[in-house]
Amino acid sequence: MTTRWFGERVHRVEDDRLLRGQGRFTDDIDEGALESYIVRSPHAHARIRSIDVTAARAVPGVAAVYTAADLPFGQTDLPILIPHPNLTHGRTQRCLASEVVRYAGEAVAFVVAESRAIAEDAAELVEVDYEPLPVVITPEVAARAEHLVHDDVPGNVAAEMKQEVGDVDAALAAAPHHQRLHFRYERAAAAPMEARAVWARWSTAEHKLTVYDSTQSPTSIRGGLAVLFGLPEASVEVIAPDVGGGFGPKIMLFYPDELLVPYAAMTLGRPVKWTEDRQEHFTAVNQERAQVHEVEVGFDGDGKVLALSDDFIHDGGAYTPYGIILPIITAGQLPGPYRVPNLRVRFRDVYTNATPTSPYRGAGRPHACFVMERTLDAIAAELGLERAEVRRRNLIQPDEFPYDVGLAWQDGNSVVYDSGDYPALLEKALHSLGPRPTGDHVGMGLAMYVEGTGVGPYEGAHVQVLVSGRVVAATGIPSQGQAHATVWAQIVADELGVDVADVEVTSGDTRRFAWGVGTFASRGAVTAGNAMGVAARMVAEKAKQVAADHLEADPADLELAGGQVRVKGSPQRGMPLGAVAVLSNPVRYAFGGGTEAATQFTARARTGPPLREGEQPGLEATGYYSPPGSTWAAGCHAAWVRVDPRSFRLEILKYVVVHDCGRVINPMVVEGQIEGGVAQGIGGAFYERLAYDAEGQLRNASFMEFLMPYATEIPPIQIEHIETPSPLNPLGIKGVGEAGVIPVGAVIASAVEEAFGVQITEMPLSPLKLFELAAQSTSASTSTSTR
Amino acid sequence: MKVNGADRPAPADPRRLLSDHLRHDLGLTGTHVGCEHGVCGCCTVLLDGAPVRSCLMLAVQAEGHHITTIEGLAAKGSPLHPVQQAFHETHGLQCGFCTPGFVMSVVGLLARNPNPTAEEIDEGISGNLCRCTGYASIRRAVQRAAELSRQ
Repeated sequence: MTTRWFGERVHRVEDDRLLRGQGRFTDDIDEGALESYIVRSPHAHARIRSIDVTAARAVPGVAAVYTAADLPFGQTDLPILIPHPNLTHGRTQRCLASEVVRYAGEAVAFVVAESRAIAEDAAELVEVDYEPLPVVITPEVAARAEHLVHDDVPGNVAAEMKQEVGDVDAALAAAPHHQRLHFRYERAAAAPMEARAVWARWSTAEHKLTVYDSTQSPTSIRGGLAVLFGLPEASVEVIAPDVGGGFGPKIMLFYPDELLVPYAAMTLGRPVKWTEDRQEHFTAVNQERAQVHEVEVGFDGDGKVLALSDDFIHDGGAYTPYGIILPIITAGQLPGPYRVPNLRVRFRDVYTNATPTSPYRGAGRPHACFVMERTLDAIAAELGLERAEVRRRNLIQPDEFPYDVGLAWQDGNSVVYDSGDYPALLEKALHSLGPRPTGDHVGMGLAMYVEGTGVGPYEGAHVQVLVSGRVVAATGIPSQGQAHATVWAQIVADELGVDVADVEVTSGDTRRFAWGVGTFASRGAVTAGNAMGVAARMVAEKAKQVAADHLEADPADLELAGGQVRVKGSPQRGMPLGAVAVLSNPVRYAFGGGTEAATQFTARARTGPPLREGEQPGLEATGYYSPPGSTWAAGCHAAWVRVDPRSFRLEILKYVVVHDCGRVINPMVVEGQIEGGVAQGIGGAFYERLAYDAEGQLRNASFMEFLMPYATEIPPIQIEHIETPSPLNPLGIKGVGEAGVIPVGAVIASAVEEAFGVQITEMPLSPLKLFELAAQSTSASTSTSTR
Repeated sequence: MKVNGADRPAPADPRRLLSDHLRHDLGLTGTHVGCEHGVCGCCTVLLDGAPVRSCLMLAVQAEGHHITTIEGLAAKGSPLHPVQQAFHETHGLQCGFCTPGFVMSVVGLLARNPNPTAEEIDEGISGNLCRCTGYASIRRAVQRAAELSRQ
């Protein structure tokens, strides 16, 4: 190989298009489509007495108004995506509700019209008669089960799961020190800048359904639509074009629109599109993060954890389409990078009258990290030890890998850390953080985390060298900004010895690659990246086989470099890859592009049939990668934070990230992922909060009141890497997508606690929350002193 | 109104937002809509050279004015505008949805203030939300754009 692209800061190939305003997002696609609007429930819990769409249907320009009664699949429950034996009471919604609505924002009717304005006007005329029912909001209220979200789910409990490693009760009884701790995390929203959108067209002539969808899983959408409409998969094509951020909720399927828009397009014989507005995005799109934890920890006088018991409630929302993946991840990631010899985790996944939950960047991990790190801080405080020292004494050591935690993991395996150097992460972060800044009300935040990444089941890739010598590659999973087109070009370019600019990657288009799972769980680089490597290596081998005959050399003596297949040590004996592509496809009719070289009367280098048995034409290959288990990334964040004692504003003076995601394909991209993750973490720790009231109304469903950070709230982030390659995949890589966000809540809590001297057990914080905590703490100390 | 230097007819519908007019009547889909309530800045365009939110204006209000959208910064096939080039060099974009709004804000910022300080940069881009980058690379993009614009 002449140049190695893996590991280089290659600038992104996708930028030019996006910077010129030539991106293609779903709402950019029109082609004469009818437009649509979804009528949603204003109630968090209500029985539907009747729905009257007569007036709406009569509006000029309205093409159709659908209720459940108008849909052939109207009485079908949407799928439980990830069934689990412990999900004893899984419930999903129907495409359009017709009997009971269980969260404000649940879809009830669908209006299709000549324009969006007409559709919205007509939607206002849809008359739904609701009988309000008691509302269950917050996990604590759900667990009390004074009212039920689903009549047939006793106790509001969808699932319960208990795991134990060692003997927790005995170890707790024997431990010299104990603490009981209570932690709480509230709901959060991913809030990608592009809300969701779907566009669909049915072609009767071609008997083909084409769907553009801002989804993180076009292959699954395609499979589902084929099943629903009884079509062969070849008759359904789903494309995730440019997608304006995903962060998890766009992996959920099916949102009602993903069925309604294709159905309407098939029924009405015209393209139909639906674009979500920001207000409905806040309640119609899945959320995450609300959990309540009760912890009991036993430890020795050195601060070593001897036993940990955690009993938590996960707020699942109104339905459980995503199964119990979130609490499983929380449970599995609870101990993080620390040795916990006796560990018990029990959770209950409960229904509430709020938007359903599914992964949002971090997906169960920030809460787990918060619980463990806050617990270690509590141990340090009780023993008067440095927080870093307590961590140092509990860390899993580099010679202990693979390390089996003994808990269940989201891929059906158990949690086994593949590689890492946790002490190095800690020491490097402490070193980089540097000395305490001067001034009052300054605290240090410190938190460590692991992240199970790169889950299966598999991804695939197709790589082809064109007769021009250019390379095209495709995979099923879509991009929402992770630079797939660049980093996979780097992998392919290395294997084929070509310039990265000569590799064009398509992702998320089932017309180009129909198999695969999706972009989630920090898995893209590990699964699709390795699949790219597998396919490209197959192409390289084939190129050597084809070229060997013509170069009169042994394939083993050939190499791919400089866009050529050439003899090692004799670079002048070679042929361009494009010429090899020509020769790989014996033709009768030269069609230009140099293909005359592959016709029957030109020199043939070998005897026998033009394609030998087992050979396939074309310099192309399809390869798959299926991981044996998750790769475990890890990191340590440390920060100096100041809290203004009068305004209670947060000032992050320094923020350091030391991160290990195995071998880094493109440091620029990895740093971008981490910086973005930390910013989301800061937002989630101090600014963003979904404010549900007791009636289940989200009171801040706009960017005016849901405070996402601007540049003015996000400090510079100092990032360093260490690399412990994963032994589980050929490229040695681990995922990075979610890493940045995971420990931020724990870091901010730790820093604020020290800076302000108030105990932090909840996320998110806010200036108001700190004011209240400070007031409580003052009144508590006043009452103590007067006693 | 003039859009990217060319005369364009007024919108037929008086309640049409400028953002919808640009996107759906004129096919200039580079201007994005992220919230339609004036907070996210994705729809930022230049009105007579100054950044404005096109979702907070009716298209008819732009009559008699010059609108510049992201498509107007660099002609097809020609090199990127210095601000676009700077975003590319500093990895100032990921999903690219907020990017046109940021680029237009920065073009407006540098037109007013060719040498912004770090604080002025934060202030200058504080009308735009980005959910991907964490802003660090966008700050670097503004600094780089200022350098490129001086060259």
